[in-house]
This record gives sequence, structure tokens and C-alpha cells, in this order.
Amino acid sequence: MQKASVSTTAPTLAHGPKTRLAWVGQGFLLILAVLALYIVVRNLIQDPVQFGQIIIGGLQLGFVYALIALGYTMVYGIVKLINFAHGDVFMVGAFVSFFSVTKFNLESWPAVVFPGLPAAVVVVIGTLTVILLSMIVCTVLAITIERVAYKPLRDAPRIAALITAIGVSFFLEYFGALKFVFTPEFIPYPSPFTVVTFYINNGIQMMVPGKPLPGHVVTFTSIFVIFIVATLLVQFLLQYLVHRTKIGIAMRATSFDKPAARLMGINVDQVISFTFAVGAAFAGLGGVLYAIAYSSIWTQLGILPGLKAFVAAVVGGIGSIPGAFVGALIMGLAENLTMGYISTPMRDAVAFTILILVLLIRPTGLFGEPEKEKA
Amino acid sequence: MRAYKVFSVLALIAMLVAACTPAAAPTAAPTTPPQQTAPTTAPAAPATAPAASSGGTLKVAILAPLSGGQPTFGVSTRDGALLAIKQWNAKGGVLGMQIVTDVEDSQCLPDPAVNAANKVINQDKIHYIIGEVCSAASIPVSDIANAAKVIQMSPTSTNPLVTVDQNGQTKQYIFRACFIDPFQGKVGAKFAVDTLKAKTAFIMYNQSSDYVRGLAEAFEASFTQLGGKIVGKETYTNTDTDFSAILSKVSTASPDLVYLPDYYNIVNLVTKQAKQMGIAAPFMGGDGWDSADLDVAAADGGYYTNHYDPGDTRPEVQNFLKDYGAEYSGKVPDALAALAYDATNLLLTGIQNAGADDTTKVATALQNIKFDAVSGTITYDAQHDPIKSAVVIHVTGGKKEWVATIAP
Repeated sequence: MQKASVSTTAPTLAHGPKTRLAWVGQGFLLILAVLALYIVVRNLIQDPVQFGQIIIGGLQLGFVYALIALGYTMVYGIVKLINFAHGDVFMVGAFVSFFSVTKFNLESWPAVVFPGLPAAVVVVIGTLTVILLSMIVCTVLAITIERVAYKPLRDAPRIAALITAIGVSFFLEYFGALKFVFTPEFIPYPSPFTVVTFYINNGIQMMVPGKPLPGHVVTFTSIFVIFIVATLLVQFLLQYLVHRTKIGIAMRATSFDKPAARLMGINVDQVISFTFAVGAAFAGLGGVLYAIAYSSIWTQLGILPGLKAFVAAVVGGIGSIPGAFVGALIMGLAENLTMGYISTPMRDAVAFTILILVLLIRPTGLFGEPEKEKA
Repeated sequence: MRAYKVFSVLALIAMLVAACTPAAAPTAAPTTPPQQTAPTTAPAAPATAPAASSGGTLKVAILAPLSGGQPTFGVSTRDGALLAIKQWNAKGGVLGMQIVTDVEDSQCLPDPAVNAANKVINQDKIHYIIGEVCSAASIPVSDIANAAKVIQMSPTSTNPLVTVDQNGQTKQYIFRACFIDPFQGKVGAKFAVDTLKAKTAFIMYNQSSDYVRGLAEAFEASFTQLGGKIVGKETYTNTDTDFSAILSKVSTASPDLVYLPDYYNIVNLVTKQAKQMGIAAPFMGGDGWDSADLDVAAADGGYYTNHYDPGDTRPEVQNFLKDYGAEYSGKVPDALAALAYDATNLLLTGIQNAGADDTTKVATALQNIKFDAVSGTITYDAQHDPIKSAVVIHVTGGKKEWVATIAP
């Protein structure tokens, strides 16, 4: 019953004539929004440095979510499936890079093959190789999952595929937790390069380890910079891919109408596999960067970032690529502001409250097109 | 309309998944650091010991988890206890009686521990039990032992309910050799104020862990009492990995010390992120830090409290290290072995002081004991919790170094 009432009142709130009591809910939301704004502004004036620090932390988290959310939103756009195993693909990406660094010293291969190379070049090429390997493994994993678990269910009711996705997710988590796979332990993650910290004090300066900072200043790390570069790069790449290439046209066609696309000679299965692969590659990239940034990995590390990225995709409008990006930044900032100014354990509550609010007020999200009803 | 229905179902499922996510962080029991080596050739329990030369025998049961999830805990505990008993027997036993041991596998679980306790008390008529290691097993055993007027000495169970019942009544026949969790908070605060000269502290703790919260609360109370000021207190949960918002508050408050009494996995994350944010204040924690997996580079400059450390220079510790190494082919004893050794010595000294194999007299003797153990000089308070010193370990230059032994 509740579900039905949500679906009938939701459009009324947004578009249609107002029901009698709608103003109560809207007034309540308005008060909440004003209160949140007041807390943020007051703290900004009180301590701009701390505010800047929290914003930087929030953006970093937002970029992580953005890399995962892209996969969610693309897959949903094409096959209308929430791929809950996506967060665990992200986890696998982190673990692959862990093993390539600890077991095979992959990050230092250029130094072994070309002994004359300067150290900086070695670090850049080595790190890129580590990231690339993780992306490839994630891609293969995602295609396998799609072929084994989702493809046979393509004509089944959507809920069946959804439950399968949750099953795959649990499988990856608990298979990974076996002693001879990844083990259930928290594993300290050795970064393939040395993380450098910068601080803002008369311009941007580098922190010397062991030397105290000049007072109360905003700091950020080299990983933060890498996150910005990587996420923006991925964003533009994807825009180009979807709007300017042949496979992009095929993807959009498949998303629009699968049978018609097939009639036009598009290999729909291939397009779907490709979509899974691209999403997984970005998740793998995110996994490596996440592990470097937060320096500890375990088999359930994908669950919460995965869910939050899913929320981000919904906030931005699921199916929309820029929406996923903006939604992810909103989620990251909201979370970090909550941690900074309300309390840390509230962060998840706030994150999922945002999901509920979006579903109530604007179920299509910020950038989503209102979906037409199909018979 | 269908789309909205699907969405609301999805939202429900998402929340369900979030709610069902097991947040079970793999954690070591607080009093039980991992053992460095695999079990070696420990002497089998001499269930049928050679006949005593004079005065008969005294039977002691050892309940230890030799199988199940934590077998290394049991092996260390058994080895430590058997070494102590061997030394007593070599000196002529207790009250002229040779000591005979009965080692039972109690698996760190309530049921096997209760079965083992019933067996040794009812069938074997043993009056003295050393064990169990885990609080979950020690608590039910303590109820049986106390009712049967059997002395139980737990080496490492830290839960207050081992020696005190639900109504706050001390169980007359139950003792332990380790300090209880909040005690570490006290010792940490004392070290911070007296040695590190800290005037302000910031506390970060996991609100979903009793162990961590207990330490944090005890630290706060003691630190404030000793004249320090708590400049900030922040909580987090098991699944958190991003501490940047909390650390930005630490940075703003710029305390002399950050108290973080969590397990090593969280400590690794927090200290690394703190170093990256340029936070210079040292971190301090409890025995949850004691692990081979502690990231010593990130935690560099930190301190933690522990039960015992091989680097302690007191003769009790050094002699124990020597004897243990000689008995068990060069193995370095961990905290479990040290506490089992202490527990056995405490019990036997208690019997010696009582002057008779009479558990009521032994309980009184233990209550009044003052004993120089490996893990510090032990006396008992009214709750049968030892009042003894803890060691403080400094993480520096990639090593964990003993810096002080602090008496409460």
C-alpha cells in the first residue's frame, strides 16, 4: 500500500495540483534546508580553514562516488538493471592493485626493464600500469558476471535480475573473504608512490615530512589532485564516447529501444557487454585510487561506497552521465559536511535520507528525463 | 506509474542491503595479540604425573582453547601455565605436594568450557582451575566454579562480569591475572599527563565497540581528573574509512595528544590520514594496537598501553623470557603466555600462603596477596581485579619500544 501511495503522490508534489496537506511536508523540508544552510554558513564564517578542509575531503569522496556511479548509471541506462555487484567490482580493483604491488612489484617494472629512466617517470608509468591492470581485470570480471548471471535473465522480470545482482554481490564479498582468496582481514595497502601533502599558505606549498605546518592551514594530498584529473578525464572521455563514436550511438539506440536497435543491425549483446566493461573499468580505476587514498582494504570495502554511488546516480538522475557526476559530488559534500558539523555516525543516515527525499520530490533526479509510461 | 513502483522497491532493497551488511570488523580479542610462531612441541599434559616424592599431589585444571577459532591463544596459555608448574615442581611443589595438571580444551566457547568445568569439578574433584582465555567462556565457568567453591583464576578474560555477578557482588572464588579494559584508559591518561606533559587531548572512538568506548571513557575521566583538558571528542563506526572530517577538527583543536583506543586496522587508517594532513600530535591507544599488522610508519610517534613487553627490563620479565625460551626452543612468549604464567604463579602462591588445600582460605590469601609477576606487581581490589602496572610502548623508527611501566 505504501509503495502505491508514494508513486501516486510523488508526481502530484512536483507537477500537479497540490494536495491539501502537501504544504506541511514542503514547509518541513524548507525548514530543514534553511537549518542546514545556516549551520554551513555559520561554520564557514567561524573557521574558513576547517571549512575548506571539510570541502576538500568531501570532494575527494565525491570523486570516488563519481567513478563508481558512472557504472551504475550507464548499466541502468541500457538494461534497466541496478547492478549491485558493481561496488564489489570496485573492491576487486583495489585488491588486484594490492597484489600487483606487493606480489609482483609491478609499480617498479620500468626501472627493471629500462634501468636508466629517471625516478619520476618510473613512478608515473609504474602507477599507470598498476591502474591499467586493475581496470582490465575488472573489465573481464564484469563481462563474465554479465554473461553468466544477467544475460540468461534478460527476458525475465526485472526483479529477478535485481535479486541476482545482490546475489553476485554477496558472492564476491564472501568468496573474497575466504582464507585462500583475499582473507577477511583488514589489509594495510602499500601505495605504489609516495603521497605528498600540499598546503595553502601564500600560494600552494609542499609539506616536508616531519616539519610542522605553519599554523592552521588547508592541506590536500597529491591523491586529491589525481582524483580530480582522473574523474574529469573519465567524464570527458565518456561524453565523447557516448555522443561522438559509433559504439556510443549504438549504446544510445539500445537504451532507447532494444528490439528496434536489433532490427537496425546493432549487436545488442555486444553493446551491453561493452557498457558493463566500461563501467567496470572506471570502477577499477576508482578502486585503486580509493585504496591509495584510504590505505586499508578488505573484502567488504565496496558495499558502502557502492550504495552511496548508487544513491548519487539516483540523485543525479539514473541513466544520466553528467547527473551521476554532480550527484556524486553532492553526496560526498553532504557526507563530509555532516561528519564535520553534525556527527560522524550521522553520515550514512544523511546519505540515505537524501535518497528518500529525491525519490519523494523528484524521482527522476536532477538531470533525469521524466520517464514515459510504456504499455 | 510502474517506474515509481520499481524505484520504491529499489530504495527498499538498497536500505535492506545496507541494513543487513555485516559490519563485523575482524578484530583480535583485546588481550590477545597474535602469536609469532606456530605451536611447537609443548610437553603433553602429564595427566598421570609421576608419583610425588612426598605429601601427595595437588591437582590443577587448565582450561584453554586448543581448538576452535583461536588455537594459538590456547597453546600460549597452556605453555605459560605448564612452565610455571614445572618450575614449582622442581622446587618441591606447593606445601610439599607435587602439582598434577589436567589440560582441557574449552574452545573459547561457553558450552565446551562449561562441559570441561563440570568434568574437572565433579568427576576429577579438582579444586583449582586456570582459565578460560575468553570472557565469553570464563563467565559461565565462573558461575559453576563459584557455586562449587572452586578457585578459578582467569589469565586473560577482561570482562568485569568474570569476577563480579550481575548484581555487583564479587564472586568469592574467582580471580583474574589481567587488568580490565578501563584500566588501560587510566594508565594512558597518567602517562600522557606525567611523562608526555600533555595538557590537552582529543578523543576519537568507535561508538559501536564496548572495548573502545570503555577505554575512551576511562581515559577521559582520568585525564580530566589529573588536570588535563579534553578539547574534542568524536565518534565513528565500524565501517568508516574516511576520517578527514574528524581529523580536520583535530587539526583545528591542535591538541597535545590524540587518544585513539581502537584496533590496529582503524589505527592504520587514521594515523596515515593524519600524517597526510600534517597533524603532528602523537596518537595513543590501548592493547588493540598490539599487532604485527600495525602500520608502524603511519603510527610513528604513537604510544600504546599493553600488559607486558619483552623489552621490559625488570628481572621478572627477563628471567621469564630466558626460561620460556629454554623450555620451548627459543620462542618469545606473547602476552597470553606471560599472563598464564602469572596466573599460575599467583594461584600457587595463594595456596602456599593459605597453608592448606582449602579453597576458602586460598581465596582469602589471594585477596591479600602481593606478588611480583611478569606483568607487574599484583595486588587485588575488592572486585578481584588486579591492581598492577601496565607497560607503555612507543612506536618509533619502525619499531615498538618499551618506554615505561606505569603503576596506577
